[in-house]
Amino acid sequence: MKYINLALRWLFFAVIIKPIVKIVIGLRYQNQPILPKGGPAILIANHNSHLDTMVLISLLPLKILHKVQPVAAADYFLKNKFMAWFALNIIGILPIERQGKDKTADPVGQCAAALGMGKILIFFPEGSRGEPEKMTDLKYGVVKLAERCPTVPLYPIYMHGLGKALPKGDALFVPFFCDVVFSEPMTYEANGENFYDNVKVRFAELQDSIKLPKWD
Amino acid sequence: MLFDFESMRTVTQVFMFLLAGLSLATVIGWVLSLTNKQKDYTELKQRISSWWIMIGIFGLALIMGPLVTVLLFAMLSFIALKEYFSMTPTRLVDRKVLFWAYLTIPIQYYWIATGWYGMFIIFIPVYAFLFIPFRMVLAGETKNYLRAVGNIHWGLMLTVFTLSHLAYLVMLPSEGEYQSLTMSGDGAALLLYLVMLTQLNDVAQYVWGKILGTTPIAPTISPNKTREGLIGGVITTGVLAMILAGLLTPMIWWQGLLVGLGIGIAGFIGDVSLSAIKRDIGIKDSGQLIPGHGGILDRLDSLTFTAPLFFHVMRYFYF
Repeated sequence: MKYINLALRWLFFAVIIKPIVKIVIGLRYQNQPILPKGGPAILIANHNSHLDTMVLISLLPLKILHKVQPVAAADYFLKNKFMAWFALNIIGILPIERQGKDKTADPVGQCAAALGMGKILIFFPEGSRGEPEKMTDLKYGVVKLAERCPTVPLYPIYMHGLGKALPKGDALFVPFFCDVVFSEPMTYEANGENFYDNVKVRFAELQDSIKLPKWD
Repeated sequence: MLFDFESMRTVTQVFMFLLAGLSLATVIGWVLSLTNKQKDYTELKQRISSWWIMIGIFGLALIMGPLVTVLLFAMLSFIALKEYFSMTPTRLVDRKVLFWAYLTIPIQYYWIATGWYGMFIIFIPVYAFLFIPFRMVLAGETKNYLRAVGNIHWGLMLTVFTLSHLAYLVMLPSEGEYQSLTMSGDGAALLLYLVMLTQLNDVAQYVWGKILGTTPIAPTISPNKTREGLIGGVITTGVLAMILAGLLTPMIWWQGLLVGLGIGIAGFIGDVSLSAIKRDIGIKDSGQLIPGHGGILDRLDSLTFTAPLFFHVMRYFYF
């Protein structure tokens, strides 16, 4: 069953998601892509749409697809049986228990364990998707995670346009180009002091480098 | 004989010359970058290799017949409209309206594929242009309403209506030769004639401007455009149009010259009108889809004005 699911996942991305991302949405790289060649690594990106995860997975070559795991909230994605199967096996999420409800939950530990197995995590430091095309304040999860795995590189990526194509709370997809900007990888080891501010500055720089209109 | 140039259709013959010209440009590009190592020729090389891909796709469509050509231009309209909506300000409340705007593309190209001229010519400027504001009124937001209507209308005009004239050229009735959806008639030659002249006109205006250009013609919109470049380009295009008229069109030489001069001027206007939009928004290129050329709109801008002009001249006088 495991291999069937892996094959289904591969097919889903190769036949459906990649063509949609490349042709219907259309990616425009604003600079040379800076992406990990293998794990462990963490892609950190802004979060405005469900399409964010699809685009980030599509940025990576299919041959390392089996290593890619988007970090996602267990309570949202494991709500019902079909969605749970789809999220776990096809999208391949790493379900984490959000803190607050359950004090024994250790989401950072779950992520660190996956990184220990050489996975490439997709992590949204903002938490949830928020207002279309607006970046909300980063949460502290990214700092805790980097602190726990100080040698794992984090690749900041900024995407523009997906909050227009499929914003939160809307089911109608409208095609817009997705502009992607990449930044040099950062590790906790090298950027430990004021890590939170460093990540924030990186994203602010990436955001400023795109001069395209947001929603009116 | 496997390669019999004499018996080929004129479209194919002219296309061969085009490929030969591009090969020559490629060789010149190599020689330049080998002999002059100080200067960076990356952009020139990118431009040339992009030309290979664009001419390759275009040639393939011409060979495969009108249906494939129509599909190709529908795809181009879609990418161009997406590029347009991605660079201009749109309102969140108009998301559904933008979706309708995209839907006009398959409908408009369906009229073309079925050869329904009457519908093709009024669908965008009458029905779509009336439906879009109606749908926006339903959304109920009046802030920036007029600007949003104008924005969507001009996007449909530029990227769907004008470009679809290119596709309709291959549907024009053919004399003598057999024509079907999978085999092009005389229309393919007209399409090649127009696209080739418009693109060469861009290059000629650029080159003449580089060599002789001194007097800016539209300093507030496009500071690099000069009067000398425009005149040199228009004359070059006119002469080329005159030479090619007998091969690819039903026109005689002086008619070809006049149409060529018209294409030169209209191409300039199309170019400058997109520049005005980009200047208004504050960006240089409409995108980076085609390496060395910018976005797809940067490449198609001149055609948005030459296509309807050429189409109607042809249709009025010859078809």
